[in-house]
Amino acid sequence: MSNTTERSKNKTDKKKKRLIFRFVILILLFSALLFAVISNVTEDEVKVDIGDVPPNFELTHVNGDGEDDKITLSELEGKGVMLNFWATYCKPCEEEMPYMESLYPEYKEKGVEIVAVSVDLTRFVVDNFIEKYQLTFPVVHDNKNQVMDAYGIGPLPTTFFINPDGTIEERVIGPLTLDRLEGYLKQIQPIE
Amino acid sequence: MFMKTITCNACGHINKEGTMICGSCGKPLDSISGEDKNTLLNMRYDGTAVRSKTRNRSIIDKIWNFFSSIKIGVTLIVLALISSAVGTILPQEMYIPQNVDAFTHYRDEYGLFGQIYYQLGFHNLYSSWWYMILIALIGISIFIVSIDRGVPLYKALTNQNPKRHTGFLKRQKLYSESETYDEDEKEQLLFNLKKHRYNIFEKDGHLLAEKGRFARWGPYVNHLGLIIFLLGTLFRFVPFMYVDDFVWVREGETVVIPSTSQEYYVENKKFIIENYGEDEAEVFAEAIQNQEGPIAKHFETQAVIYKDQSTNIVGEEPDLNQIKEGSIIVNKPLKFDGFSLYQSSYQTNEFKSMSFKLHETSDENEDAIAEFKIDLDNPENNFTFDNGYRIELDQFYPDYYLDEGQPKSQSNYPRNPGFVFFVYPPNEEEPEVSFAAIGKNIDPTNDNDYKIGLTDFEVRNASGLSLKKDYTLPILGLGAFIFMIGVIQGMYWQHRRIWFHPTSKGIIVAGHTNKNWFGFKNEVDKIFTGTSLQAIKDLEEDSKEDRSQS
Repeated sequence: MSNTTERSKNKTDKKKKRLIFRFVILILLFSALLFAVISNVTEDEVKVDIGDVPPNFELTHVNGDGEDDKITLSELEGKGVMLNFWATYCKPCEEEMPYMESLYPEYKEKGVEIVAVSVDLTRFVVDNFIEKYQLTFPVVHDNKNQVMDAYGIGPLPTTFFINPDGTIEERVIGPLTLDRLEGYLKQIQPIE
Repeated sequence: MFMKTITCNACGHINKEGTMICGSCGKPLDSISGEDKNTLLNMRYDGTAVRSKTRNRSIIDKIWNFFSSIKIGVTLIVLALISSAVGTILPQEMYIPQNVDAFTHYRDEYGLFGQIYYQLGFHNLYSSWWYMILIALIGISIFIVSIDRGVPLYKALTNQNPKRHTGFLKRQKLYSESETYDEDEKEQLLFNLKKHRYNIFEKDGHLLAEKGRFARWGPYVNHLGLIIFLLGTLFRFVPFMYVDDFVWVREGETVVIPSTSQEYYVENKKFIIENYGEDEAEVFAEAIQNQEGPIAKHFETQAVIYKDQSTNIVGEEPDLNQIKEGSIIVNKPLKFDGFSLYQSSYQTNEFKSMSFKLHETSDENEDAIAEFKIDLDNPENNFTFDNGYRIELDQFYPDYYLDEGQPKSQSNYPRNPGFVFFVYPPNEEEPEVSFAAIGKNIDPTNDNDYKIGLTDFEVRNASGLSLKKDYTLPILGLGAFIFMIGVIQGMYWQHRRIWFHPTSKGIIVAGHTNKNWFGFKNEVDKIFTGTSLQAIKDLEEDSKEDRSQS
């Protein structure tokens, strides 16, 4: 009799072990599956996303006062920053420039800075463009595409709206309308 | 909480529920429940209970059992095969024109079918989440099936009892019963068995001769290889393990290599291209003629790799330190710190600089009044000449086209440059405007006194390099290697067993193999030579004959 109880005790022990074994194996297999699916879904995602702190950069201020003026992103902390990646050969970029220019004076007062990052090769075309549209907000020139790479920019224009606390509030791919632009600028306006 | 068991009525061994053949003496357990005693035994997994088929209690057991089913596994594989096949009916998204909307493309090109195809996600099948889940489920199924069947089989085969029940032996495919059997014959048998490299196990005069047991592990080794292979593909999602990117670099240019966190830069010192020409060997002559345009024979980039030593923030002048210099030729990449740069594409004859001259419109000889050169990388605005003339570059379109009559550039690269010049003759305040491009010289007012003509240009080539880092290849290789070992193991060896069961009247011999019964039967015949044992018979063949006779 004691033999059978011992045996059955052995059996329940064995079963427990087996349950734990199966549980661990299943957890491992399904986490691998989950990892594969999540990485696959997020693979095409951008390097810099909503909620992130964007990489800092320093670029030449094309329409600044001095010849070699630089703009550093980190120095704009405390302000809302609209970071617009564009190029002169990009038609939709060209279309949204006047909207940015029209809203700039008002929102500069309210503590929002607009920085337009040109990814053109030559400064010549950027200078011409600024003159043509009489742009007053700072335009910086990323002629080596370093910042473009760091931000993982695909199609142009791509615009980041950065909160005063330095995190990204919104990321917009494609051109903006005047209304949408103003809406986003309101979102990143510092609270007084 | 007692587990259901089956007690063998011959030897008293307690077997798990689902066991087909007693684990100790080999008595077929189905005969206890009164089934047909004459059919051959199913020797799959040596009659052990497939683990999952025993109990089904908790949710974990249920999930486990779901995946351990061969039916489920085969269904998953069939589903994956069908969807993979469907994915080849229409081109995948990466092969359709880049500048159109994918949905409209499929709808317009292939009609309703294309529309459904797109909506079901077949346009991007091989990286779609559901396809990946399907493949992953197959992996899970393979893994669980292997554990579930491999472990009991291993236990059964390592604890074999040479002494088997006659009920077991009588239902084997190969069977022989003899009236006489003595020590001399046993010696002869043992000698013959050893000659055929059988391992012999003995218990109370009962013999088990076995060889090639390891062939039974073939499928499990094979599955292990598959699982390692699948893990390898999984690691491709880890950027540390796998990088695949592309960069254009023009001659003389140094650019940041993408996907390296701005750590590495590549300089294109020179790009060389050679085409097949007239003087090629005759064998190529026809092929060259059939092809319009030149055919590249060789192209290479003489490149330098730099590492940025500075800890500067992005955009600041990098502190470049040369780490590697060499040629990148097709199939001969330049390797640095785990990365490889492959020659992958090229664009020849992009303009680098252009030279112009200014002459009077009326001058038939077009004698130059002034000459100047524009560096397309960094054009100057103003050209002042000693003779009082001044030329201002007003507009520069690197890749010009007309957009509703307005010149515009469609890309960054000087492939088709266009210029607007302001010409200021000496002591003139009002400039003459002229537009110059390749083969074009437009005078908007039509009464310009001066004309600007292209005299010369410099070109350069752009090289397209693809960046690869793949640490998953060794894992994939290992997986494929183990897979192959498993295939060979299971294909070229057979697990053969012969049981010798002395009885009061003589001896019963039964044999089993997992494949190649013909070869096995011939081998048994050879083993029987020199003994008076009855030749072994194939019971399956016999019963077939019986049936055909009756």
